[in-house]
Amino acid sequence: MTRAPMLHCEALKQFFGSFCAIDNCTLSIPSDSITGLIGPNGAGKTTLFNLIAGAYQPTGGTITFCGQDITFLTPDKRFAKGLVRTFQIPHEFQHLTVIENLMMVAPDQPGEGLLQNWFAPGRVHRVEEETRRKAWEVLEFIELTHIADQLAGLVSGGQKKLLELGRTMMTDSKLVLLDEPAAGVNRTLLRKIEDKIAYLHKERGYTFILIEHDMEMIEKLCDPVICMADGRVLIEGDFKSVRSDPRVLEAYLGEKAGTKH
Amino acid sequence: MGFLEALNYPIYVAIFICVYSFLAIGLNVQWGYAGLFNAGVAGFFAVGAYTSAILTSPDVPGRLGGFGLPFIAGVAGAMLLSALVALPIGKICLRFRGDYLAIVTIGVAEAIRIFARSEEWITGSSRGIQNLPRPFGDLPYVYSQLAYLALVAAILLVVYLLVERQSASPWGRMMRAIRDNEVAAMAMGKDVPFRRLQAFVFGAALMGLGGALYAHLGRSITPEAIDPMIASFLIWIMVILGGSGNNRGVLAGVTIVWIIWTASEFVTDQLPMEYALQAKYGRIFLIGLMLQLVLRFRPNGIFPEFRPTQKDSRKPDKSDKA
Repeated sequence: MTRAPMLHCEALKQFFGSFCAIDNCTLSIPSDSITGLIGPNGAGKTTLFNLIAGAYQPTGGTITFCGQDITFLTPDKRFAKGLVRTFQIPHEFQHLTVIENLMMVAPDQPGEGLLQNWFAPGRVHRVEEETRRKAWEVLEFIELTHIADQLAGLVSGGQKKLLELGRTMMTDSKLVLLDEPAAGVNRTLLRKIEDKIAYLHKERGYTFILIEHDMEMIEKLCDPVICMADGRVLIEGDFKSVRSDPRVLEAYLGEKAGTKH
Repeated sequence: MGFLEALNYPIYVAIFICVYSFLAIGLNVQWGYAGLFNAGVAGFFAVGAYTSAILTSPDVPGRLGGFGLPFIAGVAGAMLLSALVALPIGKICLRFRGDYLAIVTIGVAEAIRIFARSEEWITGSSRGIQNLPRPFGDLPYVYSQLAYLALVAAILLVVYLLVERQSASPWGRMMRAIRDNEVAAMAMGKDVPFRRLQAFVFGAALMGLGGALYAHLGRSITPEAIDPMIASFLIWIMVILGGSGNNRGVLAGVTIVWIIWTASEFVTDQLPMEYALQAKYGRIFLIGLMLQLVLRFRPNGIFPEFRPTQKDSRKPDKSDKA
């Protein structure tokens, strides 16, 4: 494995008050991989995502993306560099329609400037049609064309999950952070999401980091797998070695026998 | 001639409706589109009115200006200065939550009002600034009023069309997305603080425009004209009652509220002296009651935010896929 790291976190720390959510976490994400991120609830997986995507600024440590230090950039600047995320709890724009939710994501729209709307309406219109066409293709891919014009706040939870995935396709992203894309989704839809992720990885060359509790999905898609516990990396490796590691069994999988995730 | 004179009052009311429409559309850009709680509309109204007055009035010894510039320069200057005043306020406050912005904008509006009343060398204090030029001011009264109404209505139409285009464009979509979910909008690459500031400054410029047109209407501006009761809170009621987020609703709100407001003044003036004073407060009560009823039964206003979503359903032509 000589893949260069796309993302590197060095000694990352995040405190909430006196609570240490991320404790000296160092990890690398190889380019062109689907990295699985597993661990018990409260291990710091989503906090790590928030730090990588820029929702929080870390208490300490650095984040490097494609060789550039992005530790203190705002989320929109990281998005512009090709880093996009989804949310564990769907963050749809509820008063926009499903297709508008997708169109809104397209970067560098001239129609988002005040002056260009007034003085270059032709160009705005052309780009808008292009954006709509792209959004429609994404809708076809995630099979939501039939609800294109419904308000996104009114569609089902599973459809919102698909919409979250769809939004990442409106960009030319390099790295996509998926936070539990399959949580609360029925089995058939889950398999479908799995296929879509594999397809995007293969055909579009997206690098993914995937937080998921569904071990089947992790096994099928992810290499390497990183297991976190108590805000730091417990072990990293291929699925089999992580799965059989005694520390992982104790911290995460072992308790799965008794409790639900 | 008699017929035209009978129109005096309606024309007068219509001009005021147009002038307040600028404030209401400005507030709609800030609140309806961007969700910014600006409780100091009167402040930006005042900045616009005084700026245009100083730029266009004839020179008076002991006071800054007047520069005797033409009407159009005064209006442009008013919009520019209102925007410039909004810039630092927005820069500082938009990072906080809505309530902070409301408190600061009320404070700034009051500071501007007191400034206008006390700083004689700029604002002429309580005497205000007189002898502003007025377009079509040389015509006989009725014709002059009519021509001014036409001018103000034409400017309003242009502003309305520009703001509507904004609202229907990707800009409007982005602003609604930011209003819906700020965190997600940021994660989807939108520069939220900048966009908020943009909406705040743009709205403030429209308020300044309204202030300038108000000052030229009466050829003068005095501190009494900057009544936060009217220029801030009545404007809020117009926007909420009409339907924030929807410009046509907001224009309807301005019309309805202003007609009720002036008509009630007309009625209370007929009352005997001892009741007339109390009745003045009754008017404020009436407006408050109206707001309560609207919020209770039509919380999104009489004309709620309307968006033509149908156009998006159109499947794109396969032909332009090439």
